Amino acid sequence: MRLRTANLGWRAGVRPIVEGVTLEIAPGETFGLIGPNGSGKSTLLRLIAGLLPPSAGRVWLGETPLASLSRREVARRIAFVEQQAETTEALTVRDAVGLGRTPWLAALSPFGAGDAAIVEHALCAVGMEHMAGAQWQTLSGGERQRVHIARALAQRPRLLLLDEPTNHLDIHHQLALLRLVHRLPVTVVLALHDLNQALGCDRIGVMAQGRLIACGPPAKVLTPEQLAKTFRVGATALTDPVDDTVLFRFRCLEE
Amino acid sequence: MTVATVRSYRPRAPAWRWILAGSLLTVAILAGVIIGEMPLPPDTVLAVLANKLFGAGYPVDSINAAIIWNYRMPRTLVAAACGAGLALSGVVLQALIRNALADPYLLGVSAGASTGAVAVTILGLGGGALGLSSGAFAGALLAFGLVAALARAAGGGPAQLVLAGIAGSQLFNALTSFFIARSANAEQARGIMFWLLGNLSGVRWPDVSLAAPAALIGFLACLWHVRALDAFSFGAQSAAALGISLRRVQGVLIGTTTLMTATMVSLVGSIGFVGLVVPHAMRFAVGPRHGRLVPWSALAGAVFLIAADIVSRILIPGQVVAIGVVTALVGAPGFALILIRNRGRT
Repeated sequence: MRLRTANLGWRAGVRPIVEGVTLEIAPGETFGLIGPNGSGKSTLLRLIAGLLPPSAGRVWLGETPLASLSRREVARRIAFVEQQAETTEALTVRDAVGLGRTPWLAALSPFGAGDAAIVEHALCAVGMEHMAGAQWQTLSGGERQRVHIARALAQRPRLLLLDEPTNHLDIHHQLALLRLVHRLPVTVVLALHDLNQALGCDRIGVMAQGRLIACGPPAKVLTPEQLAKTFRVGATALTDPVDDTVLFRFRCLEE
Repeated sequence: MTVATVRSYRPRAPAWRWILAGSLLTVAILAGVIIGEMPLPPDTVLAVLANKLFGAGYPVDSINAAIIWNYRMPRTLVAAACGAGLALSGVVLQALIRNALADPYLLGVSAGASTGAVAVTILGLGGGALGLSSGAFAGALLAFGLVAALARAAGGGPAQLVLAGIAGSQLFNALTSFFIARSANAEQARGIMFWLLGNLSGVRWPDVSLAAPAALIGFLACLWHVRALDAFSFGAQSAAALGISLRRVQGVLIGTTTLMTATMVSLVGSIGFVGLVVPHAMRFAVGPRHGRLVPWSALAGAVFLIAADIVSRILIPGQVVAIGVVTALVGAPGFALILIRNRGRT
């Protein structure tokens, strides 16, 4: 599903957190959002998810303005995985993933075999099917993150928004998650901290002080000059002799 | 479809669960009518009920018939409705506010009801046109209105609602104490204290016609929203991302809860512990999913309060103990036991 934003902005009181973001993301594209802490990545994702009312600008899903859709209609199109979502309830992994079916079920319609199959499929996609009966409180941080992603997949969205999804994950699961995300036939927007992971996206956008200051293919956007300016790091591009992919080695630039 | 899929697919609660629940409630209500200061033989009770409900025409003593039908039956039914209503209110508030300590009185409803009751009975507000119950109901709604307005002005999150509720409760409790200290004579003060701790003695059929519909409407509203309540497991933002309209769901459920609690408190006083403990006990017994938690909490609340009412009548021969005292005396150790037995689970 095509995602468009025009001049999107949000203020906390008078302080602008996100300002003038205009974006167009093609169907099926994997779009990485990068930027220093506090640059507005999470807020931009929440605006796109319709969880915050924009103080300026608009969002379109395909040709439909986001503001014209009901909450449930939005949730059938967009799944959002926030950074930290915890519960004290004694839910099982399968219960937590099953919540993803909420927008598809009316108040009295039963949770059917089709829903159960979708939940099972989502559990397999993140490699948690063997822990389906485990209690939430017994899971590690990385396992909880994978359950959240499975819940988002169970929503069967056409746009998947992930806020730093590789946090808490060990290196195997980071790479497995990114591979999974790239293979999904849906549009994905994900905020990332690891710039080498961002290199794997179709396109990336760089946020700084609430504004989208650069947008394009990783090789064009992630230049040593841009990295020095935005992230205050020096970067050396290295080439992996195995498959000729480029990756960065960073060093801190002192003020 | 894999084996795991088949195993994980659980159809809706089978009919036997509803039959079991109905039987438990019926047995509890019969016990509530049979057991009392003056025990009545079960066959007399059944005969009277058959006469009243189906026009059976069994010969029964008219005094017994009056005790059973005019006194014990409405009392037991109101106890059941109050227990169910308070337990449901606890379930809803604990889920929406995501605070294990949330109970039906959190939002100032009980404190406002006491102030309203005191204003009517001691200060004579309303010039005798208002009864204690209507005064309490008005006070409860007024207090909730103030708490909701304060929470909204403070930013409108669940934490603000809890804090506003505490502020509102303190204010109205202080007003109640002030009115009692300033204007009440010893007898009035004692009467108010008795009412504050919960009292089912004066309950008659007109009270049933208020309590039962309130509990039923609350139950249906909760059943309608079981999926929405589940969606709050990971917080309000997560619920919104799952397609829950926060403003509508919170408005409907908190509004229903308030009306239900205000009705119960105005009829029987503020009976503590039911709304806090029953939902927690039921979470341990049937799990955190609201599809099961809502009906079982309603049933357990009803049965628990009927049982507490029986105990309050027979604990000290010839004297009725305030039911709030019984619910706390039975509930607190029971709750402690549950907490200890389930340590490590949450």
